[in-house]
Amino acid sequence: MKIFGIIGRYFLLMRRVFTRPQKGFVFRKRLFDEFQYLGVESLGIVAFISIFMGAVVAIQTAYNIANPLVSLSLIGFTTRQSIILEFSPTMISLILAGKVGSRIASEIGTMRVTEQIDALEIMGVNSANFLILPKVVASLLINPILIIISMWLGLVGGWAAIMVTGLCTSTDFVTGLRDTFEEFSIFYALIKTVIFAFIISTISSFHGYETEGGALEVGQASTKAVVVSSILIILFNLILTQLLLT
Amino acid sequence: MIEAKKINKYFGGFQALKEVSCHFEKGKTNLIIGRSGSGKTVLMKCLIGLYEVDSGEILYDGRNFSTMILNERKAIRQEIGMLFQGAALFDFLNVEENVMFPLTMFTKQSLKEKLERVNFVLNRVDLKGSNKLKISELSGGMRKRVAIARAIAMNPRYLFCDEPNSGLDPQTSGVIDHLIKEITEEYNITTIVNTHDMNSVLSIGDTVAFIYNGQLWWSGSNKEILNTTNKELNDFVFGTELTVRLKQYFQQKEQ
Repeated sequence: MKIFGIIGRYFLLMRRVFTRPQKGFVFRKRLFDEFQYLGVESLGIVAFISIFMGAVVAIQTAYNIANPLVSLSLIGFTTRQSIILEFSPTMISLILAGKVGSRIASEIGTMRVTEQIDALEIMGVNSANFLILPKVVASLLINPILIIISMWLGLVGGWAAIMVTGLCTSTDFVTGLRDTFEEFSIFYALIKTVIFAFIISTISSFHGYETEGGALEVGQASTKAVVVSSILIILFNLILTQLLLT
Repeated sequence: MIEAKKINKYFGGFQALKEVSCHFEKGKTNLIIGRSGSGKTVLMKCLIGLYEVDSGEILYDGRNFSTMILNERKAIRQEIGMLFQGAALFDFLNVEENVMFPLTMFTKQSLKEKLERVNFVLNRVDLKGSNKLKISELSGGMRKRVAIARAIAMNPRYLFCDEPNSGLDPQTSGVIDHLIKEITEEYNITTIVNTHDMNSVLSIGDTVAFIYNGQLWWSGSNKEILNTTNKELNDFVFGTELTVRLKQYFQQKEQ
């Protein structure tokens, strides 16, 4: 029964979040700050992981092609499909759930236990809207950009690994990348990304906002935010894959 | 004036406030005192609306806060300044931005007008020139003063202070107490201070409400408090070694 209470409180919070901001220019300023904290500051880790994962996928595919009759362009094809369909939207979202989710939950949780949220409420500010809406909107806008960058870097990583190891030629790899390419796969990845971004930002905000106690509880809220976001990402990944690809 | 009429507050099966009725006068520093866990913070949170009362009424100059809709409450809240125990300054903003925050959110003043007001209130709390300091760079006393500046930036009609002296040394506590008292008299506002600091009670408590086990146990002025025969209040007032020794000293001197 407890789970229904949590879901109910989550939706009640969201009802307070998705209202018109009290001051448009304050919202815009906070939105740009969130682009920086949630997006730009995540670029390094996203780039690093994408390049190396692209390289690993390409090398592993190359080593698993034992049959000389199979074209080496399959390396490029498999790398592209893995990166675009699954790795970038899902794995990077899981990484962001850890990095961004814990940041959001601990930031809002700290504001809760230091009475900053109470201070906003007493002033007459809708604290849920003021604190959470810029984070949600920033995540929805910036995460697709991060994922597109991740896709591109993943493919570049795969190509670079093939070039360094000499497992196939650049022409074979690029031929594979372009083989039977469907634009819908990008669209599919971006739909997943937007939904995952919503999950990460709202679930983490909810856990931060619900924090009661002190430093220990802020840490617990942060952990819970990451775990719940990750579980929901995995579940929704399955649901969305079933809905969009079949 | 703020009035509480027969308010009750429950947390599950536990009754934190029992039929509390009291009033807090305009232009005076009204203190709520009591031991930790007695219900004084709950009372203050009920008065501000952070907790909903289960029964009873809260009146702000005759306006019934308990039955107001959200927008009416928002309007009242813009008349309230609040000094929190830990100051509750927004750590993503600097001193100037913190003080300016309510002006930015609720007025249509130009930046120049807002800056003038910010400089005026910062000057009032003796923090002239500290506009660009980060919150992490401030001492405990400075944080409290910035919080007071933020609380009075909107010219509030009501000022709430939750344990304003907690974590401060006795001298800084005295400075904060007197600042609260001066501001209350200067702007003729209704100030409610939640404290268990007897120095504050004796130096600034125009009216004192003693909360014991969730009930209003005693009320009077700070002049009456030392001569009361109320046992529970006496136990609270003379609850420290220093006050006991002082009491013995004065009794011996009288004999």
